[in-house]
Amino acid sequence: MAKITKEDVLRLARLSRLHLTDEEVSKYKVEIEAMLGYVEQLKSVDLGDLEPTSQVTGLKNVMRQDTEKSYGASPEQLLKNSTSIVEGQIKVRRMLQ
Amino acid sequence: MSSVLSKSQWPSIASISTDVQNGKSKALDLVELAYKTLENSNEFNSVISTTKKRAIGIAKDIDSRVKKGQKIGKLAGVPFIAKDNFLTFGGETTAASNILKGFNAPYQATAIERLEAEGAICVAKANLDAFGHGASTENSDFYTTKNPHDQKRVPGGSSGGSAAAVILDIVPFALGTDTGGSIRLPASFCGAVGYKPTYGLVSRSGVIAMASSTDTIGPLTRNIADAALILDIISGKDELDGTTIEKDKLGYTNLPTHIKGKKIGIVAEFMGKGVDPGVRSRIEDTLKELKNAGAELVEVSIPSISLALACYYIICPAEVSSNLSRYDGQRYGHTSNMSGNIEDSYNWSRSEGFGSEAKRRILIGTYVLSSGYYDAYYKKAQTLRTKLIKEFNEIFNKVDFLAGPVSPVTAFKIGQNIKDPLQMWLVDILTVAPSLTGSPAVSVPAGYSDGMPVGIQLIAPTGKDRDLLALASVTEKVI
Repeated sequence: MAKITKEDVLRLARLSRLHLTDEEVSKYKVEIEAMLGYVEQLKSVDLGDLEPTSQVTGLKNVMRQDTEKSYGASPEQLLKNSTSIVEGQIKVRRMLQ
Repeated sequence: MSSVLSKSQWPSIASISTDVQNGKSKALDLVELAYKTLENSNEFNSVISTTKKRAIGIAKDIDSRVKKGQKIGKLAGVPFIAKDNFLTFGGETTAASNILKGFNAPYQATAIERLEAEGAICVAKANLDAFGHGASTENSDFYTTKNPHDQKRVPGGSSGGSAAAVILDIVPFALGTDTGGSIRLPASFCGAVGYKPTYGLVSRSGVIAMASSTDTIGPLTRNIADAALILDIISGKDELDGTTIEKDKLGYTNLPTHIKGKKIGIVAEFMGKGVDPGVRSRIEDTLKELKNAGAELVEVSIPSISLALACYYIICPAEVSSNLSRYDGQRYGHTSNMSGNIEDSYNWSRSEGFGSEAKRRILIGTYVLSSGYYDAYYKKAQTLRTKLIKEFNEIFNKVDFLAGPVSPVTAFKIGQNIKDPLQMWLVDILTVAPSLTGSPAVSVPAGYSDGMPVGIQLIAPTGKDRDLLALASVTEKVI
């Protein structure tokens, strides 16, 4: 059965861009272990040479005309949901120290 | 209580629309009736927010267009509620998550646009498990919806607010989403009709993504005719969603009324141990009635179904972790006040904004997709999905439909499963297989067990939505 350490949880949190408290790390360690334990029943199934399925519609290369299309929303409307707007741009924090 | 809830103040959707078009009733009165009923059932927490100002404006506009003799559409003045993961105007869209509190959609979902084009009026946004992650609405970041039949019990989820709103009679129909059972389960727990169409039949544009390869959109109603009418309007190709397919040439209304000679496969794996005796006997009674109506019953086995849940709970969190990565607290949604650089801002905004089930699924999804584990988990699950589809195709060479319960149990008590997230996942045991295969599936009310509703689940081959609705329509008549 999959063994998950606290370090594993912290690594997953880092990859997932989540900041977890110590309590959360302990809680998720136990829960993730239980859930991976449950899904492990798949491991013993022999699937022969079947290919994986990523989508079920059977559609391929769905294209549309490469033309401009208005969705009805103005740039102002789209920006309204951000908390920090400067001169029509979203201002974010410093990336490089 | 059950008998009170089984009567509706709303006539059929088609006749509501006809009456509004003929000037016999006013759209404004219908919208006001919806709000009055909502107010009287406030304690059930079925709704997160209303879109009152906009709804009343639209209703007045419809009434004045009727006066001028203009044609409105097939849903003239019909009020409805959308699950709060549909982007709508007139108020916030939150997906019941703190990370989207205060978010105002800049455009509307295609399904909403199509309903509005026919004259329907969105009056409110229904509660759900945040982002659709759950089977009870207890994972809503705001509050839990109560089951209309017993306030101590959950309505099912994740479209619990939508199902409760229909049975509380606030509106004649509601929209939900179904990724692993989220329309069918609450429909079953509340005694509503819940229809999950073939994957791709209804555009996902403007619906907040959960697991994109199984996300579907469908109606919750009191009867099949209403569900079929709504499906007829929202289905079909949409340029804004590349996975959409053409609708049936005959549409989904004017359904065949007989099922003579149709073969229904009773899935052995659905009727096994763990199915509550009360639920089992309601399903068996219903199947007997279908046999009397001319259907042929055949016992069938789909071996991989017992592995479908494990398969789903690899694929779903994987897709969830990817879809939720867009919530970074910069362009929209919750932004943390904690200091630091941009990466700190991402991490804190996400940690403060996401609830514990969203975090759990993100972490598990990240695990099964990470290098070293990808083949053992994600690829294995995707390959099992192929096997399941193969088994479904083989069975559907022999039978026209599959049947079983939607859930092994009726609505459970609030708090009963919330402490054990794995137990909560197990609630989806009978609903995930059609989600993985893309098959259409419906929950039809099949009576009560100990005062709580039971739903029978009927499943058809991919693309056979019209046939499935016909069977469902016969089913509701024989019960």
